[in-house]
Amino acid sequence: MNIKITKYYYGDIPEETTSSPSSKPNTVDLGWPLWEVFIRSKQGLDHKHAGSLHAADAAMAIENARDVYTRRQEGISIWVIESKHIHASNPDDATMFYEPSADKIYRHPTFYDLPDEIKHM
Amino acid sequence: MFLQEAEKTFQEKIDSEIKIEPKDWMPEAFRKTNLRQISQHAHSEIVGMLPEGNWISRAPSLKRKAILIAKVQDEAGHGLYLYSAAETLGMSREQMVADLNSGKAKYSSIFNYPTLTWADMGAVGWLVDGAAILNQVMLCRTSYGPYARAMVRICKEESFHQRQGFEILLILSKGSKAQREMCQDAINRWWWPSLMMFGPKDSESTNSDQSIKWKIKRKTNDELRQQFVDMIAEQIKLLGMTLPDKDLKWNDKTKHYDFGEINWDEFWNVVKGNGPCNKDRLIARNKAHDEGAWVREAAIAFAEKRKSNINTKAA
Amino acid sequence: MINQKTINATLHLADTTLILAQKNSEWCAHGPILEQDIAITNITLDLIGQSRMFYQYAAELINEVENKNETEDTLAYFRSEREFKNFLIAELPNGDWAQTILRQFFFSCFHQLLFEKLQHIEDKQISAIAVKSLKEINYHVKWSSEWVIRLGDGTLESHSRMVKAIEILWPYTGEFFNAEENDLIEVKKIKSNWIQKIEAVFFEANLLIPGNVFMQTGGKQGIHTEHLGYILTEMQSLQRAYPGLEW
Repeated sequence: MNIKITKYYYGDIPEETTSSPSSKPNTVDLGWPLWEVFIRSKQGLDHKHAGSLHAADAAMAIENARDVYTRRQEGISIWVIESKHIHASNPDDATMFYEPSADKIYRHPTFYDLPDEIKHM
Repeated sequence: MFLQEAEKTFQEKIDSEIKIEPKDWMPEAFRKTNLRQISQHAHSEIVGMLPEGNWISRAPSLKRKAILIAKVQDEAGHGLYLYSAAETLGMSREQMVADLNSGKAKYSSIFNYPTLTWADMGAVGWLVDGAAILNQVMLCRTSYGPYARAMVRICKEESFHQRQGFEILLILSKGSKAQREMCQDAINRWWWPSLMMFGPKDSESTNSDQSIKWKIKRKTNDELRQQFVDMIAEQIKLLGMTLPDKDLKWNDKTKHYDFGEINWDEFWNVVKGNGPCNKDRLIARNKAHDEGAWVREAAIAFAEKRKSNINTKAA
Repeated sequence: MINQKTINATLHLADTTLILAQKNSEWCAHGPILEQDIAITNITLDLIGQSRMFYQYAAELINEVENKNETEDTLAYFRSEREFKNFLIAELPNGDWAQTILRQFFFSCFHQLLFEKLQHIEDKQISAIAVKSLKEINYHVKWSSEWVIRLGDGTLESHSRMVKAIEILWPYTGEFFNAEENDLIEVKKIKSNWIQKIEAVFFEANLLIPGNVFMQTGGKQGIHTEHLGYILTEMQSLQRAYPGLEW
């Protein structure tokens, strides 16, 4: 067998660039939209991002989330939102967005020196 | 100039164990390698449902049937998490599925072996999942955030898979003569393919270790394989069975088990599509996908209709 | 007082849920999309869970009366075609997704009404199983109703597939309401509620209930379609080949 050995890690098999073994044309159909799923794991906690999935509409997305993400009692409440509606901050802005708060240490309770007699404040 | 700067910052992040997130800048090759690896991992979960699904209808007790179904279903879930992680790198799931179905994309060759007896459900759980788990535990710390998070979730769920496999074999190993033979036979057939799962030997590769440098991978193929052999060689004692390798023995110097040479010719042949089940697996995936097309279309058409109904009502 | 009636009724509930689970499980790894593969498999697991509870109870009753050693597995794996008491609709081939979800819809709507009654019967075991199972069944009704509506009112193709599925399955729904001596409730009494539910969903789905159709029966008496023999042969093969072993 004539095989060129390239670096091949477990779980990452090199793909040939030549013809594929199947003659089937590589067709892609119109998929269901992508949704982000948020789950409240128990009463009193925030909804937390659990992952994403595909669904044709919101009702189906909620049910799919129930079937996919709560198989082991992970949640009691589900939010879904179509992924395209999520706007995210730009990582390039990270410095100006987040670093200026680094020196506002007076926002943290530990900044204040209080006499030991005051136990809880 | 910018590129060099960006690559340097990127590598610094990796070196200080900061995860890379979807919107962060990343070298094109990093994106591609992750995309290829994550999607292959997803495909492996999906194709991996077939050999085990093969025994759902014949599971020998209702309890075993329920466990097996839950396990195969978990694999669907894991495929789904992984496809989602891969989608953050800019390829749609439909495209990935199309690549799998056309034969362009790869998946783990282990699933091109047939499941011939019930004992295979045990051997697959113990050996195949056992091998996969070593990889997956390592990947929980991989440098691409969405992949690492998917792996954490998967590892949590996966923990019962290997145990149920071992339990199946344990019961067979204590059973009748026929059951013990079935058990040994399954181990014989699955042992070498499981070792092959870890990929070619480190010494056979010529490329630089880019995946290690980028912390996509944290262990080499041989390291993982050795870890696996050491683990299984101990566990098999509890089954009172043997591994089909006359060269397998404890090496007091290395503190590891030595083992025999893998049949690399077989390995490459299965990768190339000549395994016993390569064709069947693709046929099954294509059939499910093609026969599901009208269902997916109808759901979209229905959703559109309802949306426009609401719009006309509102107007 | 334990009687054969309760045993037969329990076995009927166990057999129907098991055979339907066996058929639905064929979708596992072959569904139209991953999310729905997972969804229908959840229903399959619910059904197996229900069937196991009924088999365990039936085994308990039989062992008490006949001094035997039946278990959930001996009842599921060592009874033959004529002994199985499941509804015929459960053993029909899956057909396409339309046929599968329509069968689930017909059956789950019936199951919901049945179990609402079973919750209140005297037999504590069965009523407890009914209470537990209803939570699952309510979801099955919701999920399958939505699919009926989605496909009925989806594309031309999905609509015509639903129409065909109704043609195939409707003749097997009459059996739900065929009174029999072993019945735990008066099944005739829930028929109109069932029809109402079907009509309401069909209305939204643009589908129609067929007119006068001859109804197939026989499941509860062990007179089955030809499909059941193959289902049991496959399902029971290991236990039959190696009887009396632990797995």
